Amino acid sequence: MFFGTCDPFVVAYIARMSKPTTLLDARAMDRTLRRMADEIVELNGGTDDLVIVGIERRGVQLAERLVRLIEAQENVIVTRGALDITLYRDDLQTVGPRPVVGRTQLPLTLDGKRVVIVDDVLYTGRTIRAALDELADFGRPSRIALVVLVDRGGRELPIHADIVGRTVEVSPDQRVDVFISEVDERDAVILADRDAA
Amino acid sequence: MNGPLGKDLLGLDELTADQIRLILDTAVPFKEVSERQIKKVPTLRGMTIVNLFFEASTRTRVSFEFAEKRLSADTVNVASSGSSVSKGETLVDTARNLEAMRIDMVVIRHPASGAARFLAERIDSNVINAGDGTHEHPTQALLDILTLRDRFGDLAGRRVCIVGDVLHSRVARSNIHGLRKLGAEVAVCGPRSLLPNAVEELGVQVFDRIEAAIEWAEALNILRLQLERMQAGYIPSLREYNRVFGVTSERLDKAPHDLLILHPGPMNRGVEIDSDVADGPHSVILHQVTNGVAVRMAVLYLLAGGRPDLADAAKGGAR
Repeated sequence: MFFGTCDPFVVAYIARMSKPTTLLDARAMDRTLRRMADEIVELNGGTDDLVIVGIERRGVQLAERLVRLIEAQENVIVTRGALDITLYRDDLQTVGPRPVVGRTQLPLTLDGKRVVIVDDVLYTGRTIRAALDELADFGRPSRIALVVLVDRGGRELPIHADIVGRTVEVSPDQRVDVFISEVDERDAVILADRDAA
Repeated sequence: MNGPLGKDLLGLDELTADQIRLILDTAVPFKEVSERQIKKVPTLRGMTIVNLFFEASTRTRVSFEFAEKRLSADTVNVASSGSSVSKGETLVDTARNLEAMRIDMVVIRHPASGAARFLAERIDSNVINAGDGTHEHPTQALLDILTLRDRFGDLAGRRVCIVGDVLHSRVARSNIHGLRKLGAEVAVCGPRSLLPNAVEELGVQVFDRIEAAIEWAEALNILRLQLERMQAGYIPSLREYNRVFGVTSERLDKAPHDLLILHPGPMNRGVEIDSDVADGPHSVILHQVTNGVAVRMAVLYLLAGGRPDLADAAKGGAR
């Protein structure tokens, strides 16, 4: 329906539309996660007191994958957790309530633990700000590290990731979609235009 | 200018099944907040909520207050005695004065049916009905329904009987509306003098004998028999009420299946419910109380957010 009009805005808009690009396919994602798992162990000097916490929702599956890789590699059991930061968001008044709040499942106390937060995409940093606030209510970890599959730039807060799967500079009108087989039936990271379906 | 529930929560009669499900689904993760060591999340930080109670209440008021505090709202309690209400100030004047101090929400309990709506139409703050006369008590019914859902899963086709003084019960009315919207089959059981005229028009079955109700139902929601009812001549005596309509373990033992026992409290042990039933293995009465805090947190959360005027501006800015 756009093509019938000559509105210059629409023309410029079409010109900017590009085909979705695959940033990581399934094999590349697997390779990246293996490297990230190694880096997590290296960063923490082993697996003692390690707690790997995924952020709802795809961070949870990524965290689970990383935990399994570390467990297989190091022959240990790693504590895991899930974090839903909905109640710690700073935009309730403007964006309104998220329809469904997810669950937070964490060990009873995080005192003295080495916590690794896992998320799929790092963008403005506001989710991580909320996650740090929420973790603080569960105790005082000895260290908190941030691990993301994709760092797309565009930070609005002074937050950086310790371990990154893939760094890409992405403009605000594009989005990074992470697909994980546990929820999406395939593994992939795709760069697409924001308004594309 | 409103979120998924609109500005106010006045009754379940005016909610859709989807809105009721949304509240119940939202309440589930809120249960976990109350299990934490630090039972508090910053969601409603900076919001001011007034609990305006014109009628005695322990459970509901404390439950609302916990829900508000666990979401980090600032709360003020106003009771009719000891406030300017006892000096003859009208409801609207009280509320307008409170609103002039910049509040965000009012939780109101009032002996007059329709008081919550009357207030909601006259002030800008969100209004939550915590019981108005014999009309509705939506959060109580929501916590009852959440408790039933915890045990039954989907409520469609499940059989719930409300026992006792349905005539004066806002809890019964809210439960009937909510349960029917979720597809449950609802019945009432009690002396005819304590059932509303033409109660069948609400879409419920009527049992005149408690034995028949127990045989039919999968869950009983037993209402408190207010002792004033005897003085007013609705029932001959409390002992007789207990003998004819009391839920006793002897009666439950004859049922072909186990029944879930609910009671909104406060209980008259030995009148509408016997102690061994109230404390028995199928009683979920304390589970209801736990769920009450979660349901009220969900309602506060859903009403507090959602200012689409701002939301649109925010989304437009992001584009």
